[in-house]
Amino acid sequence: MLKSLLKKGGLMAVLMLIFLSPTLAADTLKVGSFLSVTGPASFLGDPELKTLQLYIKKINAEGGLLGKQLELIHYDDAGDANKARTFVKRLISNDQVDLILGGTTTGTTMAAIPLVERARIPFISMAGGIEIVQPVKKWVFKTPQTDRMAAAKIMEDMVKRGINKIALISGTGGFGRSGREQTLEVAPEYGIDIVVDETYGPKDTDMTAQLTKIKNTPGVQAVLNFDFGQGPAIVTKNYRQLGIELPLYQSHGVASNSFIELAGPASEGVRIAASALLIADELPENDIQKQVLTSYKKEYEEAFKSPVSTFGAYGYDALMIAVDAIKRAETIDKAKVRDAIEQTKGYVGATGVVNMSPEDHMGLDLSAFRILEIKDGGWKLVE
Amino acid sequence: MMMAFSEFLQYLFSGVTIGATYALVGVGFAIIYNASHVINFAQGEFVMIGGMGTVFLLNLGIPIPLAILCAIVLAVLVGLALEKFAVEPARNAEVVTLIIITIGASIFLRGLAQVFWGKEFHALPSFSGDTPFVIANATILPQSLWVLGVTLAIVLALVWFFKYTLLGKAIIATSCNADAAKMMGINTQFILFIAFGLSALLGAIAGIIIAPITFTSYDVGIMLGLKGFVAAVLGGLGSAVGAIVGGLLLGIAEAMAAGYISSDYKDAVPFIIILLILFFMPSGLFGVRGTERV
Repeated sequence: MLKSLLKKGGLMAVLMLIFLSPTLAADTLKVGSFLSVTGPASFLGDPELKTLQLYIKKINAEGGLLGKQLELIHYDDAGDANKARTFVKRLISNDQVDLILGGTTTGTTMAAIPLVERARIPFISMAGGIEIVQPVKKWVFKTPQTDRMAAAKIMEDMVKRGINKIALISGTGGFGRSGREQTLEVAPEYGIDIVVDETYGPKDTDMTAQLTKIKNTPGVQAVLNFDFGQGPAIVTKNYRQLGIELPLYQSHGVASNSFIELAGPASEGVRIAASALLIADELPENDIQKQVLTSYKKEYEEAFKSPVSTFGAYGYDALMIAVDAIKRAETIDKAKVRDAIEQTKGYVGATGVVNMSPEDHMGLDLSAFRILEIKDGGWKLVE
Repeated sequence: MMMAFSEFLQYLFSGVTIGATYALVGVGFAIIYNASHVINFAQGEFVMIGGMGTVFLLNLGIPIPLAILCAIVLAVLVGLALEKFAVEPARNAEVVTLIIITIGASIFLRGLAQVFWGKEFHALPSFSGDTPFVIANATILPQSLWVLGVTLAIVLALVWFFKYTLLGKAIIATSCNADAAKMMGINTQFILFIAFGLSALLGAIAGIIIAPITFTSYDVGIMLGLKGFVAAVLGGLGSAVGAIVGGLLLGIAEAMAAGYISSDYKDAVPFIIILLILFFMPSGLFGVRGTERV
């Protein structure tokens, strides 16, 4: 009895597989993704995943892409490059995805690159590091601005204010380290002298010692803090505690309202280089990004009841650049989709206007950054 | 000269403030170690529950004094539950097993906090404003004075507790010789229960008074727990006074290293100190080999 049941059941399963699997494969477009939804980079990965889920659902509701429904296959790498590698392997060989979006951090992205290059799958990363696209890798693209551009944008603003001697204080985490290196490299191009160069650990809770040193160094005209997370908020608080009057600059790593909440009134007057998303509602009507930013902000905040962040915008651009390319390619053939991504021109995204080329797999220029200042507890655009 | 002095004073202020928190966490380690020779690696999680609990309750609209009180009670309950449901059932196991249990508990608690309280950093408002006091050109925040004052009050209370109360004396007796204490009618299991509650209390207080300065998040306990452990070892595991001195020493060494040597090597300095001390004084600054402790 049992045996025959098993036999029947097994037969059914086999039949179902035969009938269902080809139709499934033909009707869906598999979007693979690995993001750091938990772990230290979770505040980046979490909005990225939410954004992907939100817009894939939306695209499917509107009839999908080339008549196919999108299927998101996602793994959480918790910010661990080893896990990221394993998951990318699984996406490629088990799930057989058509393209991969993801890599929240530069570390997880770099771990995935050799695999996607070998498997020849279009891959759009949401991580900042310049090494992802320099040198150019055939199948690898990225959506966020680089830390080098942030440093350049900030120095542009410093030069405008007549500042040429600055102090640098950065975290020793990956983001801060890389930011520090890029700042040191870019500074001579703007004729800026870095007279003090201080660092602190990613888990440090007091930076008054480093800031006292900066305060007592003669000739410093402004201070640049390159880091993300709670470090910059502590630096900002300590800065005011010590009564330092010099202009304080922060990188795009603090571009979210939680920075203002954490640092409180001490954050007044801080300037940062960031995407325009933070001030979407205040952008002039004729701004090229106004429409995409306000609608992304509205849709995200309605769906998740939490404020939008620039990190989610990287996810938005990754998905939309891929969708745009697939539409132009009119196929999901991997090589043709890759070519179409590389030919992206004048795509207006949430981060900036993207113009890709065979030499530039990011396609953003300094206009993707705006200089913002914190005034009355909110972000204001500096002209 | 004046400049050099105010610089030194500034380093000292930041060192003492952060050192006081290390000290409170360190004392928590010492108390549980005394009662059971277990190193409770969930100590940092009590710090987290104190800070995050207060933030959570504050967001519910509860006034801050009540929120602080409830968060402390919550931490103590978690501490007691940890002893009752995780440590006590394994009471006949090796000390190493118990230590591993506490590591597991810390991961569990951190996970719970991550799920229920979120992954963001939070700031508590300062208890009495953010206008710093200026002393000889160096500045100190009112909140730092709170940290120092509360730490001092706790140290005095602990001294009184261990010297003059029956319960305090029973804890000391248990730490000296658990078997002898048992024969004298001391319920050593109950002592351990109390010790977990007490160190959760200290951890929670540390987490709350430091949160306006350093912020708090679900994983704040990892770093503070580790530094508190170093403070406790520095002072000689099991000595409350030692943990206090160790914590202050650690905080000041860090600040001085960041100021005078290089902020890059700041974190190396405490570990060099601990290596040197363990080389030349293997039982720590205040640890006494044999039966006498605290």
